Amino acid sequence: MKKQISILLLSLLCVFVSYSQDTLKVVKVVSKSKGLQKSSKITANTTLVTSKELLKAACCNLAESFETNPSIDVNFSDALTGTKQIKMLGLTSPYLMIDEENIPSVRGASQAYGLSFTPGTWIESIQITKGAGSVVNGYESISGQINTELIKPINNIPFFLNAYGSSDSRFELNTHFNAKLSDKWSSALFVHGNARTAKKDMNDDGFLDNPLAKQVNILNRYQYYNAEKGWVSFINFRYMNDKKQTGETDFDPNKDKGTTNFWGSEINTERFDVSSKVGYVFKDMPYQSFGFQNAFNSHNQDSYYGLNQYNIKQTSFYSNLIFNSIINNTMHKFATGLNFTYDKYQEFVNVNDYSRIDNSIGAFFEYTYDNDSNFSLVAGGRVDNHNRLGTFFTPRLHIRYNPWEKATLRVSAGRGKRSANIFAENQSLFASSRTFDVLNTSGKIYGLDPEIAWNYGLSFNQKFRLFGRNSDLGFDFYKTDFTKQVVVDLYTAPAIPGTHQVLFYNLNGKSFANSLQIDFNVELVKHLDIRTAYKYYDIQTDYLSGKSERPLQAKHRFFANLGYETHITDKGKQWKFDFTYNWMGQQKLPETASNPVEDRLPVYSPSYSLMNFQITRTFSSTFEMYFGGENVGNYKQEKAILGSENPFGSTFDASIVYAPVFGQMYYAGLRFKIK
Amino acid sequence: MKNLFLGMMLLVVTLSVQAQTKKNKNAKYTIEVNGNCEQCQNRIQKAAFSVSGVKMASWDIDSHKLNVTINEEKTSIKAVEVAIAKVGHDTKELKASKESYAKLPGCCQYDRW
Repeated sequence: MKKQISILLLSLLCVFVSYSQDTLKVVKVVSKSKGLQKSSKITANTTLVTSKELLKAACCNLAESFETNPSIDVNFSDALTGTKQIKMLGLTSPYLMIDEENIPSVRGASQAYGLSFTPGTWIESIQITKGAGSVVNGYESISGQINTELIKPINNIPFFLNAYGSSDSRFELNTHFNAKLSDKWSSALFVHGNARTAKKDMNDDGFLDNPLAKQVNILNRYQYYNAEKGWVSFINFRYMNDKKQTGETDFDPNKDKGTTNFWGSEINTERFDVSSKVGYVFKDMPYQSFGFQNAFNSHNQDSYYGLNQYNIKQTSFYSNLIFNSIINNTMHKFATGLNFTYDKYQEFVNVNDYSRIDNSIGAFFEYTYDNDSNFSLVAGGRVDNHNRLGTFFTPRLHIRYNPWEKATLRVSAGRGKRSANIFAENQSLFASSRTFDVLNTSGKIYGLDPEIAWNYGLSFNQKFRLFGRNSDLGFDFYKTDFTKQVVVDLYTAPAIPGTHQVLFYNLNGKSFANSLQIDFNVELVKHLDIRTAYKYYDIQTDYLSGKSERPLQAKHRFFANLGYETHITDKGKQWKFDFTYNWMGQQKLPETASNPVEDRLPVYSPSYSLMNFQITRTFSSTFEMYFGGENVGNYKQEKAILGSENPFGSTFDASIVYAPVFGQMYYAGLRFKIK
Repeated sequence: MKNLFLGMMLLVVTLSVQAQTKKNKNAKYTIEVNGNCEQCQNRIQKAAFSVSGVKMASWDIDSHKLNVTINEEKTSIKAVEVAIAKVGHDTKELKASKESYAKLPGCCQYDRW
């Protein structure tokens, strides 16, 4: 008995000793949270963009949230609408799956302007996954997935106000209200308004550099959370109304619409969304849950570009049921479920009616193996039946391996399939004298076949200490191989000299997009972080006129971002400085050789660089102001609009934009919170 | 006295029978396991998962607490402790053999007498 007691005491002591040793050994370093987070434990090549990072580029909506991030390239889509277009692995947003809280958001009719319909202040975080992505949300993604999480009512502050104004006369106002309705229900109301009120023509071509615009955007969301029972639920209501007017400075829509007095364009979009989510986590089984999401939306765009009329209304319903659980233990997880999608398109291009109904139903299964240390694998597959795409299988695979300390190796492969909404996705071409010609007739989507591509990826990242500071070096290589593609041809010279066209046809031959990104990030001195990336794109397609690189795509790009923060003082005062540098190599331009000399463009655009900066002054934890500049080097594209002197003539083209149209721009704003 | 003893025996037997018939498929346990570092974390969790019937296992480096969820129809917490001790990590109830302790990687050589 005595012996037992002494053993017990000894072992107790032993425990104590090891405890006290641990308290000595473990020195917790509370480092500042990173704006871009990339975990070495996640299977897919996913970067998390936190709200902190989003504050670095204060203006203004989701489309503009990627300026400080090397994975995504931000370009301008045309010389008129001021719309920013994003690209990943060299492919434009139609090849990405863009979700909002895991519900597909920018798709179909909203492809051209959808990203500008989510105000930046609503965003809590963004997950960017390069490559094939998960099968859970659908089959459409080819080069990547972007999922935006909005601010959740349950942990939101009661009141937030953001006001913004810029030298290009754009004004924004964001107000957030939050209320706790009971111990389980909370609600948030986000109200956003923006306007551009003054006409600006900095390059003196007679055309507005940015459209006159007005947007009202309201989101009301309710969250239910019952931790005891394991239920979570969201209900969202959203209304958006966006009006843009652009074209010649003298254009007056009331007088000149539909005439050749002046060239002008109006794009009016009204959108209504209702969505709900219900999630349940099983009692005593935190690894087992189900979720049920439903979303209804109506997206109605009425627009004209000069004499080109384009109206599209998309009414959609999306439903997703998902069940998560384990096989034997949490090293083997799975997710399985069903999706349903219904899209009614009422689409009119001038007098042509392209209205149609699309629907699909699919089932998915995704298995995840994670050995809890250095290896994980996600293998998924789904079968879908779509009234235009047929019945098809979509496999996706992601593997992560940590071969040695602080090193991450990732491999991915997957298939994607989609129908190209040729008019909605290439709307910027309406602002030109081009005729639209679809060369195929046998397919089910505008006469064209669905697009199918395989994406393969390999990436490696090594973290290390450089002069005692955290740094990392890595590369990503991705290859997208199109087995079927709808080619958008801006090269092939028209049959009748002096006219212009855009051709759409099924790929006959090869089309691929290879991209290589090399990253190097280091904390130079305390609180001074630098991110650099070099990107190489080799994107080629077999056009009717022969093999060529994709137009308006730089082969080489360089990116650098510098961020510096001072120490936060006791009262919460802090300075933050951020500077982004982008260098774009030359880009191949669409064919203009048949134009008169004064309206010709060179085969390649010149290379150029862009610089943005922002300074934020935090006065306390509740009040801060910021000031920034975009394109402070004042680089402007020469001849942004071809044939601007004669906009109804045959050489007119506002869609060939490789650089900013508007020169330097300065902005300032404030943020006020009640906590 | 003898009766009382018998009665108690009977009670214990009935209790254990009851426990047998109503076995928890998601029984949660928290036990202390000796170890120091991330490497130990992998070893301990791996050992726990090697027992069929263990659904979830996570060991916290700071607190040395192992949270496990087991299906008691298939296994017991004792079996988990045996598996962990086998790879060299002591639990409160069960000490690892000297041999398996000696085989632990350097970082995991927690203090022991």
